[in-house]
Formats: sequence, structure tokens, C-alpha cells
Amino acid sequence: MEFAELIRTPRVDNVVLHRPFYPAVEGTLCLTGHHLILSSRQDNTEELWLLHSNIDAIDKRFVGPLGTIIIKCKDFRIIQLDIPGMEECLNIASSIETSEWRLSYVNKEFAVCPSYPPIVIVPKSIDDEALRKVATFRHGGRFPVLSYYHKKNGMVIMRSGQPLTGTNGRRCKEDEKLINATLRAGKRGYIIDTRSLTVAQQARAKGGGFEQEAHYPQWRRIHKSIERYHILQESLIKLVEACNDQTHNMDRWLSKLEASNWLTHIKEILTTACLAAQCIDREGASILIHGTEGTDSTLQVTSLAQIILEPRSRTIRGFEALIEREWLQAGHPFQQRCAQSAYCNSKQKWESPVFLLFLDCVWQILRQFPCSFEFNENFLIMLFEHAYASQFGTFLGNNESERCKLKLQQKTMSLWSWVNRPSELRKFTSPLFEANNLVIWPSVAPQSLHLWEGIFLRWNRSSKYLDEAYEEMVNIIEYNKELQAKVNILRRQLAELETEDGMQESP
Amino acid sequence: MGGVERRGLPSPFQRSHLTQGPHCVLGNSSLAVRRWLALFKGSGRSCSGDRSQRRGEAGRGGEDRWQERSARALGPRGRPGPRTPASRGRRAPGGGAWLLNQPARPPPAGGEAPTPRPPAALRTRAGAGGRPARSPADPPAMEHIRTPKVENVRLVDRISSKKAALGTLYLTATHVIFVENAPDTRKETWILHSQISTIEKQATTATGCPLLIRCKNFQLLQLIIPQERDCHDVYISLIRLARPVKYEELYCFSFNPKLDKEEREQGWMLIDLSEEYKRMGLPDDYWQLSDVNRDYRVCDSYPTELYVPKSATAHIIVGSSKFRSRRRFPALSYYYKDNHASICRSSQPLSGFSARCLEDEQMLQAIRKANPGSDFIYVVDTRPKLNAMANRAAGKGYENEDNYSNIKFQFIGIENIHVMRNSLQKMLEVCELKSPSMSDFLWGLENSGWLRHIKAIMDAGIFIAKAVSEEAASVLVHCSDGWDRTAQVCSVASLLLDPHYRTLKGFMVLIEKDWISFGHKFNHRYGNLDGDPKEISPIIDQFIECVWQLTEQFPCAFEFNERFLIHIQHHIYSCQFGNFLCNSQKERQELKIQERTYSLWAHLWKNRADYVNPLFRADRSQTQGILRLPTTPCNFMYKYVNLWDLTRFWSGMYNRFEKGLQPRQSVTDYLMAVKEETQQLEEELEALEERLEKIQKVQLNRTKVKSKQSEPSKHSGFSTSDNSTANTPQDYSGNMQSFPSRSPSQGDEDSALILTQDNLKSSDPDLSANSDQESGVEDLSCRSPSGGECVPSEDSGKDRDSDEAVFLTA
Repeated sequence: MEFAELIRTPRVDNVVLHRPFYPAVEGTLCLTGHHLILSSRQDNTEELWLLHSNIDAIDKRFVGPLGTIIIKCKDFRIIQLDIPGMEECLNIASSIETSEWRLSYVNKEFAVCPSYPPIVIVPKSIDDEALRKVATFRHGGRFPVLSYYHKKNGMVIMRSGQPLTGTNGRRCKEDEKLINATLRAGKRGYIIDTRSLTVAQQARAKGGGFEQEAHYPQWRRIHKSIERYHILQESLIKLVEACNDQTHNMDRWLSKLEASNWLTHIKEILTTACLAAQCIDREGASILIHGTEGTDSTLQVTSLAQIILEPRSRTIRGFEALIEREWLQAGHPFQQRCAQSAYCNSKQKWESPVFLLFLDCVWQILRQFPCSFEFNENFLIMLFEHAYASQFGTFLGNNESERCKLKLQQKTMSLWSWVNRPSELRKFTSPLFEANNLVIWPSVAPQSLHLWEGIFLRWNRSSKYLDEAYEEMVNIIEYNKELQAKVNILRRQLAELETEDGMQESP
Repeated sequence: MGGVERRGLPSPFQRSHLTQGPHCVLGNSSLAVRRWLALFKGSGRSCSGDRSQRRGEAGRGGEDRWQERSARALGPRGRPGPRTPASRGRRAPGGGAWLLNQPARPPPAGGEAPTPRPPAALRTRAGAGGRPARSPADPPAMEHIRTPKVENVRLVDRISSKKAALGTLYLTATHVIFVENAPDTRKETWILHSQISTIEKQATTATGCPLLIRCKNFQLLQLIIPQERDCHDVYISLIRLARPVKYEELYCFSFNPKLDKEEREQGWMLIDLSEEYKRMGLPDDYWQLSDVNRDYRVCDSYPTELYVPKSATAHIIVGSSKFRSRRRFPALSYYYKDNHASICRSSQPLSGFSARCLEDEQMLQAIRKANPGSDFIYVVDTRPKLNAMANRAAGKGYENEDNYSNIKFQFIGIENIHVMRNSLQKMLEVCELKSPSMSDFLWGLENSGWLRHIKAIMDAGIFIAKAVSEEAASVLVHCSDGWDRTAQVCSVASLLLDPHYRTLKGFMVLIEKDWISFGHKFNHRYGNLDGDPKEISPIIDQFIECVWQLTEQFPCAFEFNERFLIHIQHHIYSCQFGNFLCNSQKERQELKIQERTYSLWAHLWKNRADYVNPLFRADRSQTQGILRLPTTPCNFMYKYVNLWDLTRFWSGMYNRFEKGLQPRQSVTDYLMAVKEETQQLEEELEALEERLEKIQKVQLNRTKVKSKQSEPSKHSGFSTSDNSTANTPQDYSGNMQSFPSRSPSQGDEDSALILTQDNLKSSDPDLSANSDQESGVEDLSCRSPSGGECVPSEDSGKDRDSDEAVFLTA
């Protein structure tokens, strides 16, 4: 992230200010003509006003995904500002690190795994040397890393590429040790393979494969079949075609919708994610998820499981962090997958609406739990748009390594810095949101899954009446809040007057 | 919770269960139960303690007859808990229990007078009232009950067939009741006999004899009865009970909501069609009220009060009626006064291949002349052309354009009742599939043709609405007899044209006008009395779905919500109110329906707060106390209807008893709660301002008056209610055999326990919502997969465990 660029935007939220001897302050960073202002927006905390001319030197530091600037002032003061968007990974890391997990910098130069970020979280007992060995045993060097830590019971979701067992059943002691290290004594875990057993078996011929029971006795393998690549792309093309069919023939419409298989994919992905969440929350078992590369269906499952399990990922910041962690940092090849959309006939092998399917699944959950999400449908639509075409650098490249080489952080703006501006946030915030700290279990029955009209019928019909309804909803809730505020003020006034009254009375 | 609940802030989701099912009002007894429950919850008394107390009271109030009956109907007296049907009976009208709960709402004015007829089910054993012993005659249904009670029956959960609740099955004169054994829940499922559509006895297995009950409100019950003989008895009894042969056997004749005569009469007057015609601007220079059908002399399936063109003489009308099927001559359905165009309705002409009728031609001429703005009328035959032509061979058919001057003839292919019946059947089969794949579902849905039929009806409605408002042309609509498709199409068109019909009252009026008064054959179509199964067809269900599809597209245009539609559908089949009885106005009059039964409209109107769409936009500057620009509701909705959008499957209706399939949080309910709170805040604001002013004055005067700080802080927001979102995971593992079970020695019991409690807590509101207003009964009548305990206790954790067990063994 290029901070000079960032600051050129008028304000950034959730910046953390560190000063020696003071507790860290989180607030909004604003840039005016002459000042850099950091305001915590809490009543009694001071604001930091710093004259630009006071700045002597600025250090930019990238500690992996964490962006930090250190401002050294002419009056010898040194302050540190952590800029949002990237720190999520570390936040989790720091809380976990002490116990069973640690940060590993083994991939600092992207040498071990080109599609991984420089910093990953791995079991504490596994050293970097072992990680290097494991990387050679996993597709694309994607050794098992931590994806999600369920605070409630300490269970985790890990993800990786497929093991390279090949036809002769190769094994890797370090790999076994690594994933066993995530299990607590006497406990079992589940490996969710996002391919069907047949596909996984076929993969052995190409050097891939799956974990053999004999070598991983503490793990149970579950095969789920999530489609990949061109199958998904064709599904999307068919669906969009059906939606654009203006003949309005009811019967043909339903069979076309059926033939596109889009909702079947949705159902399959959601079901797998629910199963993963169920393992964690209900079974109290850790899981490892992978498909072939571990960059597509794997990420759909890990990220959706977090939506189900983790209330924070249903907030705007949390969801941004989720995308950052589970899609961008985790190396989903956006460049390849989103190069073309539904209208292009060039059918390249790499194009696939993997991310759109994920967003659609989130929408399905949101539809079932409309009050449990801080963001609304527009937020998801916006992300879809930017994944496919964007004036921001966030979704460019196929992985962190590529983004680094392209110097995107220096050359482009981050989508988040724009989205998180209050004026934009307003459009994406759901008025219905009431923090819900529970696990939410969506229904995956066909009756409960719907076509995402906001995406697929968006240009085929007027949304006037739905927009009107949304507006009305906002009005109702805002009026309520307004009244509440008024009533609270009056109550306070009244209470004050009455105590005054009492005081006058008592002497 | 009746009045108790009203006082506090309802949590947004407490109501959500209401969407799950209809509420069957069981009369005061059920109100009493609800209030009792509310009280019980409030006081925090232990369940068992109250139980015995209740029993004691009931015993005191009881009389020999009651004891004898209850013994017969419910077996040994020692057993029942507070919420068994028996205790409902004991708390019935006038009993001590009822008085105990009286503070919630004062009894209706005539409450003390002996009620004409308490609900039959209750009457049979409701001696609990302190009134002198009378021995009401057994309701006719009693003799058909071969076995009033079967124990150890299992109710199979539809979603995961491994879960089954053990309980006792009761047959009463009006209901099938299943009471779960689970001591802390005692969840009850009540099914009205009139709701039963089919009963299927399946092959006996090792576990017992399965009995499948399908309901007209789309509820599906699978019971397993241990003894084949019992099962047979229940089966035979239900077959008879579900098919009454006389109107007097229907529930509405025994249903008694404890209203006095005056209230009942007022209820029937709530919807007044003559008022409605006045609202349309009638009579005027072109239309007049005709008394030609006085005493149903011309057409026995028409109302007596009809509007016809002024120029249509009695001679013309009678002549025309002779040329129309069942003498259903053209009469006015809707009048659009702005341009004098009208929608008229009739049955098919008896034209055969060449017959004509001068009076009928004059009648259509008169309709055209009644609209000076247009020199032609549309004649819309809502049947497929082929069907209409086939009718000609039977001496019926359609208008020949050559014989009628200035008509434009149009076919709109809506299929007949048999096709519709089969279509629904097919769609319900799809809904019944156990864990269907997406393809199974979409294929089945398409194959059923249901949505195509819905669209055909909408198409017709839009065509007519367009003709009336854009071309200013009058339209005559008919099908064969003019009481099914014609009713659908006329009412859809009216709804599209006139915002009034999109209000609560307006919608009642619309049904009253186009369906009830014009002789839609409710009895035949919805099988209220045992009759020809080929007459049964979901005609009004389709209309209700059309309206729902419109509410989806126009969320702000309707004053009512989905629940309103669902409850109307429920009561069309429930026969709890007299509105939908019989096949015509004439029959209803002969039966003296208004004197002997209650009106649904009054009931819905009384509870309208539950049916309001919070998004409805009207000028609310009066009601909300703030000035807002009035928004014009889209008057001519038809212009914007997107037929493309009629692709939604209404799971809220057809899967409404599968709670797990519905969205877990309802935006409507949330907004309703917000609005309710807003209203309270407005009141409080006013009160605070007043007090503030007073105090300031007082202080000014230096008088020391202590004002009490009374109002407790009311708002904790709605967050607590969000707990109700909790649910349990479904069976996501599918048929996977390899999913292992957890060994007990793994030492994670602690975490498991924590999880369990967490989830329990979270599901409480949902469950306790059982005792919410109206739903105390209603929720009992619908199975909730998560168990419907009214007083959750730690023990319920067991339920969670069993839930997990399902997952493990999957």
C-alpha cells in the first residue's frame, strides 16, 4: 500500500497511532492542507494534529502484509501509524502466536511458495526447514497453513494444495507431522477434499493425490465435489444467456436455469462450507481443506465457513479482511480467473467465476439472515465489479508475489481506502444490522436457494420499486434512531432537573 | 402472550413464527391458555407447581359429566400436564382459570352470558365452567371417533427422518392433536379436520404402522402408530372426520370466539359491498343497481344486488341469462369511474355452432354504451381456444364476432380446474422430495407448470387492466361458468388498477366481491364437505399467489404482508369462519351463516397490526406526526409488472411448515417491531416533553413537587432478539456413510457442553415465541424442528444432544 497515495485521499479510518509511553489510539486519519490529523472520534481522547512542515522524515515499512509508516518529526517526536486493510492477519497472529501457532517468514522472498504471502501462520512446533520440505510435497508448494482459528473451542481450519503422492503413494513425514501438530492430544481431525474420490484418484496419475488413511491415521477424509474452471465458466455463460433471453417463456426459463447448473454449484459449495463449519463448531474437530491447487474451491470453502462461524466476518471491516486474507493473500489467481466474464467466447482454460460464486453464496446466506450482516447486497455487487474490472490495484495480479513485482502498492490505490470512506460506506451499510454473535446455519435446500437477481437480472429490469423499498426501510430505521436520541436527551435533562430539585429540597 | 406481550417491546423476531403458519383461533379457551402461559412465564412459577394447582381448580369446577367425558376422551386423569388438550378444556369458558387471567383483557361485554356454542372439541369435556350442569348434545362428529387417544405415537420429522417425537395422539370432534411426551416441552400439534386433504396408511414396519396426513395448508404429518389396529381405527375415524357430509359438522358452527351477538353482527358488516360500489362511483348516469336477481330468481349463483347498464332492461337481462351457462349473465365487477370503462363478468354463451340471442347481443351493446369513451368492448375468453371450441359441440362456446356489433374477441389461455389441480399436485410432490438436488427441484417445478399458470393469470389481468385504463375500453370476461378463471382475472385486474384493493380492507372487499358474492364454489373447490374430488382445485390459491408475486415486485405498494395472505389461505380451508362456506350467496343465506358463524374479516381486522406491511407507503403525515411528502403509490401497477419476475417459488406458502427452509430472520417482522417501538418512542417523547415543561414551571414557582422517575429505560434495541436467529445445522453430510462418530473418550465434553448451552440460549426466543399473541395456538399447530418448548430449561440440552447425534450417525 502506498501511503503517500493513501493520504492523498482525504481520510483513512481505523488507523492505529503508536507513541512511546502512550497507549495506542485507533482513529481516523485526515489530511488537510497543512495538517495531518488523527482523531479517535471518542469524546475525551485527544486528537493528534501534526503540521506537514513538522515532518522531518517518513519511513515506510512493510512487515509482510502489515503497512506501517513511521513519521519522524523535526521536534524529535516519532510516531507510528498502522494503516488498515492489511493488519488483520497479524491481529490474529499475535493473539495466537503465544500458544500453538507462530508466524513464519519462510516465504519472505516467495521462494517456497510463489502463491503464498511472505508471512504465514503455522504450528509452533514446525520449523521453517520442515516447512520447506512439506512445500515440496504439496501442489504449488502450498503447505498447510492456518486459515481460521475458532476462538470458542480452539479448533482451526487449515488449507493447502493437494499432497503429491503420485501413483506410488509417496509420503512425507514432515507433512504428517505438520498437520498432526494441529491436533490436540487424542483428538481427530477431518480432511475435506473438495474433489470427488474419483477425481482425487485420477489426480494421482498426474503426480497429485490425497492423504492415505494409513499415513494419516488421526484424520478422516471427506470428499465433496465442487466443480472447477471451465465447467463453472460454462455454467455462468449459460446462466447469463438464460437471463438475457427476452422471449419470456416461463417454461424455458426454468429449464434453462436448471441446465445452467449455477444453483447446483451454489448448493454444493454452501453445503461443503456448512459441513466444514459443522466439523469445527459441532464436532470440535480441526479440519484441513484442499482440492487440487488449493486456490479456488478450497478458498470458497474456508471463507464461507468463516462467514458462518465468525461474526466479525459478517461486518464490513471483517469481510474486507476476509477477502484480503482468504482470497488475495491466499493467492486466488484473480488475473486469470476474472480475465473474461460471461460474454467472451475465447474460452480460455483459466477463466472461472470462482469468486463470483463465493459472493453469490454470501448473498444466499445474507438473504436468509438479513439482520446479521453489516453490509448489504450492494457491497457484494461492488466487489464483483471490482474483481472483474477496477480502477484500483487490489484485485490485480494472481498473487502477492506478482503484486509485489508489479509494485501495485506504489502505483495504484487500494480499493479498501476508497470503500472505507464514510461517504462510500454509507451505501454499503445495511440498516438492518444487529450484531449477532452466533454461528448462523444457512439452509441449503433448493427451496431456500435463489437466483441472485441483483447480479443476473440487474440490467434486465428496473429496480425502481426495490430501491424504493430499501429507501423506505432506511427511513423507518433512521427515524427510530432519531427519536431514540431525542428521548435519551430529554430523559437526561429530566433526570438532571429532578436531582437539582432534590438538592434544593434536601438542605 | 396476549395483552401482556403488547405492553412490552416485542422483539423483532418474536413474531417471525407467525409467518410459519396460520393461526387458528380456538376461542377463549386458547386465549386463556395463552394468557395463562404469559402469566406463568412472568411469575416464573415452576411448571409442575402450576400444573397441580390448575388441576385442582379444574377438578373443583368439574362435574360428573366432565369427568366421564374426559375419562373417555383422554384416559386416566392423573396424567395430563397443563398444556394437554384436556387442560385446555378445563380452562374453557368461564372457568376459574379463565378468571385468573382476566386482567390481561376484560371479557367481552356479553362474556357472562352463556355462549351459544363453545367449540365442539372443548364442549365435549368442558364442564369446567362454573355454570350449572347442562349436558350439551354430543356434536355429530363424536360418533365417528373410533379411538379418542393413542399413546406412544411417533411424529416423524420431515427434514431428518431419524428424529421423531414420541407422544400421544388425540382425536377430538374438530382436531387431531399430537402432544409430545417430552416433559418439559409437551409440544402440541393441532390439525383441524377440515385441513386434512389426504390420509395414507402405509405398510406396517417393525416400528409400527405409518400414517401420512397431508393438509390443505401444505402441512405434512407422518405418524407412526405402534399397533396396526389403532392405526386402522385412527385412519377410519379421520377419513370420516375429514369429510363431513353436512355443513353443520364444520368447525365454524361450533367455533366460538366469545363475542356477543352484536359484535358478531358488526363483524359481518365490516365488509359492505354496497359501500364498495359507492366508492366506485355507482350508481351513476350509466350504471344502476338491478333487482332483477331478487330472491335469486334469475341466477342462483349470483348475488341479489348487481350493477348493470342503465339501458339493460329486465327483459334484456333475463333473455341474456337464458343464453348463458347457468344463467350467469353479464354483470359489473369493477367500474373505473375516471373514464367510465368497466370490467364485466359472465359465463360462456350457449352459442353452440350457430345459435344467437338478441337479448344477449343487446346486453353487450348496453355495456358498450355505458362507456361513452369507447366504441367497442373487449370480450375476453380466459380459456385456451381449443377448450372453448370443444364447448361448442356441447351447445356452449364463445361469442361470434359477426353476431355482436363492435366487440373485439380475445382468448387468453388459462387452463381449467383439472389442469390446475394436477399442477399443484405435481408441485407439492416436488416440495415433498427428501433432500432433492437443485436439478430435481427446478425440473419438478418446471414440470408442474405451476408458475406458467400463475403467469397466464397475470397476463390476463394485465391485458384487462391495460384495456380499461389505456384504451378506456370496457371488458367482458368469461370462461366456462365464469366462477373460476373469471374470478381470478377480474380480481387481478382490479388489483392492478386500483390502489384501494392493495390495502387491508380493500383486499377483503375484493375477495368478497369477486369471489364470495359472485358464487365462486368454495365448497366444491376446497372440499369443505365430502364431494366430487374432481371439483377440487386451487383456484383462489393461485390468485393469492399472484398477489404475493406482486408484493415481491412492489414491496411498498401493499398495505398487507405475506402473513395476511397465508392466513387467508389457511382460513379458506379451515372452515373456522363462515365466510367461505357453501357455493353461493344463496346457500349461505339459507344456512343463515351470518347468524350462526363468525366473519373472518372481523377477526383479521381486529388483529390487523400483525398483517401490516411496514414498508407500505401512504401519506403518513397524520399518523407519524411528522411532515413527509406524500408519495404516490403506483396507481397503475400493471404498467410495471415484470412478468419475467414471476419466477419465484413461494416457499413461504408451500413449505411454510418446514421452518428450516425459511429465511431465519424476517425483515418484515424486524421492521414491524421497529415501527412499534417508534410509536412508543413518540408517545414517550410527548410525555417527557410535557413533564419537562411541568417541572420547569414548578421550579420557576419554587414549589417542590417531586416527580417520580417512573419510566424504566425501554430500549435495549433489538439485539436480544437476534438470538432467535440461531438454529441448528442441517444434515449437510448428505448420505455420506463415512462420517464417523466421535468416541466418548475424547475428553472434549466441556467444549461440547458449552456449545450446547450456547445454542440453547440462542434458540430460546424462537421457542418462547410459541406463546406470543395468537401463536400460542398457532405454533402448536405447526411442528417446529427445533422443538417447541414453551419454558426452556437446561434439560432441553438433551434435545441438542440428540440433534448432534443425528449429525453423527448421518
